[in-house]
Amino acid sequence: MKRLSGFLLFSLLCLALPIFFPDNYYVTVVGLTVFVNITLAVSLNLLMGYAGQISLGHAAFFGLGAYSSAILTIKYGLNPWLAMLAGAIMVLVLSYVLSRPILKLKGHYLAMATLGLGIIVHIFFVQADELTGGPDGISGLPELSIFGFAINSDIRWYFVLCSYMLISVLFSLNLADSRAGRALSAVHGSEIAAQMMGIDTAKVKSHIFVFSALMACIAGSLFAHQQDFVSPESFSFFFSIELVTMVVLGGLGSTFGAIVGAFILSILPELLIVFEDFEVLIFGAILMIIMIFLPEGLFVALKNKVSETLAKSKEAV
Amino acid sequence: MALLEVRELEKHFGGLKAVSHLSFSVEENMIFSIIGPNGAGKTTLFNLLTNIYSPTSGSIFFDSKEITHLPPYRIARLGISRTFQNLQVFLNMNALENVMVGCHLRSKAGLISSALRLPSVIEEEKKVRQMALEALDFCGLAHVAHSPASSLPYGILKKLEIARSLAAKPRLLLMDEPAAGLNDTETAELCQLIRQIRDSGITVLLVEHNMSLVMEISQQILVLNYGQLLAQGTPEEVQKNQEVIAAYLGE
Repeated sequence: MKRLSGFLLFSLLCLALPIFFPDNYYVTVVGLTVFVNITLAVSLNLLMGYAGQISLGHAAFFGLGAYSSAILTIKYGLNPWLAMLAGAIMVLVLSYVLSRPILKLKGHYLAMATLGLGIIVHIFFVQADELTGGPDGISGLPELSIFGFAINSDIRWYFVLCSYMLISVLFSLNLADSRAGRALSAVHGSEIAAQMMGIDTAKVKSHIFVFSALMACIAGSLFAHQQDFVSPESFSFFFSIELVTMVVLGGLGSTFGAIVGAFILSILPELLIVFEDFEVLIFGAILMIIMIFLPEGLFVALKNKVSETLAKSKEAV
Repeated sequence: MALLEVRELEKHFGGLKAVSHLSFSVEENMIFSIIGPNGAGKTTLFNLLTNIYSPTSGSIFFDSKEITHLPPYRIARLGISRTFQNLQVFLNMNALENVMVGCHLRSKAGLISSALRLPSVIEEEKKVRQMALEALDFCGLAHVAHSPASSLPYGILKKLEIARSLAAKPRLLLMDEPAAGLNDTETAELCQLIRQIRDSGITVLLVEHNMSLVMEISQQILVLNYGQLLAQGTPEEVQKNQEVIAAYLGE
C-alpha cells in the first residue's frame, strides 16, 4: 500500500477541503480550474515526462473535447454523455492518424509539428464560425447529470472534476510502475536500446499520444459543461505552453510534479492580482527563479532533498 | 543449419564500403569473436545484424529465417539481443528497472491494463521483478538493484547492459566491446561471465579489442579488415595467419 500512500493522502485532502471550507472562493471556484489544469498537466506528463516526446499542442485536444460537447449538444441536441463520447471517438481517430507521422520527428522538429497542430486547431475554432461561433464562442450548454443527479452547482462540479482528476492521477501513477510505463521510459532513455529489448517504439509512442489526447479531450468536455461556455481563447497556443510550463515546473516525469506545477501555475495568478499591473512581471520572475535554482523541477527537487536528508539521518544513527 | 548465417553482406556509406562481400555463419552454443583494426566494420556489422542500418545488399538468416529487413524490435523478438559499445543504458531508471525492461518480451501487460493495474498485471509484475533480479544476480549486480543508473560507475553500467540483454532470454547475444574501459580485475570477471552465458545455452557473438580475452575464450574468430573477411578459424589458426599478422603489425 506504500506505493499509493501519497495518492491516498492527496485524495483525502482534495475531498475534505470543501467540507471544511464550503464557501471559500479558492476552494469551490479556483479549485475547479486547478483540477482541470492538474488533469491536463498529468496527461501531458505521460507524453513529455514518461515518453520524452514534447507536445506544444496539447490544448488542441482539450479544445476539441470542449467544442465537440458544445456543438453536438447545442446545435444537434445530442445527449451530453453521447456528445462527450462522440468527441472522444473523434479525438481518438484524429490523434491516432496524426501520431505516426508526427512522432517520427524528434526534438525541435517534433515541437514544431505539435505547435502547428495546436495553431491549426485554434484557427479552426476562430474561423469556422458557423460551427464554432467564431471568436465569440458558444454558450448555453445543457446541464450534465449523473443518473438523474444534476451537476448544477460549484460544489457538485468540485466533486466531479476532482474525481476525474484523481482517476487520471491514479492511471498515471499505475503506469509509472508497470511494463507499459517502463517501455515509455525506455523510449525516453534510449530509443535504440528500447528497440533491441523488443519494444515497438513507434507503436508505444503513438499509443501514449492517443491516451494522453483522450484524457485531455474528456477534460475539455467536462470543462465546457462546467463553464457553460466555450471560446477559442481557452485553447490557444499560449495555453499549450502554460501546460508545458506546469509539467516542467513541477518536475518532468513525476506525476506529483505535474500536480504541483499545475497547482502553482493556476493559483499564483490569483494571488498576484494584488500587484495589478506588475502581476505578469512577477509571475514570470518567479518561474525564472524556480527554473534557474531548481532545474529538475520544484517537486522533484524537494523530494530529492527530503530523501537525501533522511538517508543522512539514518547514517548518523 | 547454423544459428546465424550471413550471405554476401554489403554496406556502403556513399563511396565507402564499410562491409563488403561478407559471408560467414555462427554455430549454436559457441563464443564467436570478430576482431579487426579500428574502422574494420565490426560495429557496422552489428548494426547490420540488428537492422539499425539496413544493408546495401546481401542477406542475414537467423535460425533459418531471413531477418535482413525486419525492424530491430522484431529481430529482438526472434531471440537476438545486444549490448552497445557506447553505452545505451536507460539513465532515467534504476538498475532493476533497466533489467525489467529487458523482460519486456517475456511479459504481456498493455497500456490500458497497466493503467488500471488489473490483478493479472500485479501478478505479472512480481514475476518480472523476480526475473530481473535473477539476471542482475547472474551478473553479480544484485547489490546495486535499487541504485539510479545515472549514479553507477562505468564498469557496472557495462555489466548492467549485459544483465538487461540476458533478461530477454535471447538465443544469440551480440556484445560490442564489453571489455573496453575495464581494468584487469573487471576484465577477468567479464571473461568468467561470458563463459557462464555461453554455458547457459546462449550463443555469444563478440566484438573485442582485448586480444588476450578474445584468444582465451573464443571457439571461432573472424578477422575483418576494411570491411572484408581477412581470415576465419580457431584462435590458433588466426594467430598463425600471415595476413592477419600483416594487418595488425603492418608489413
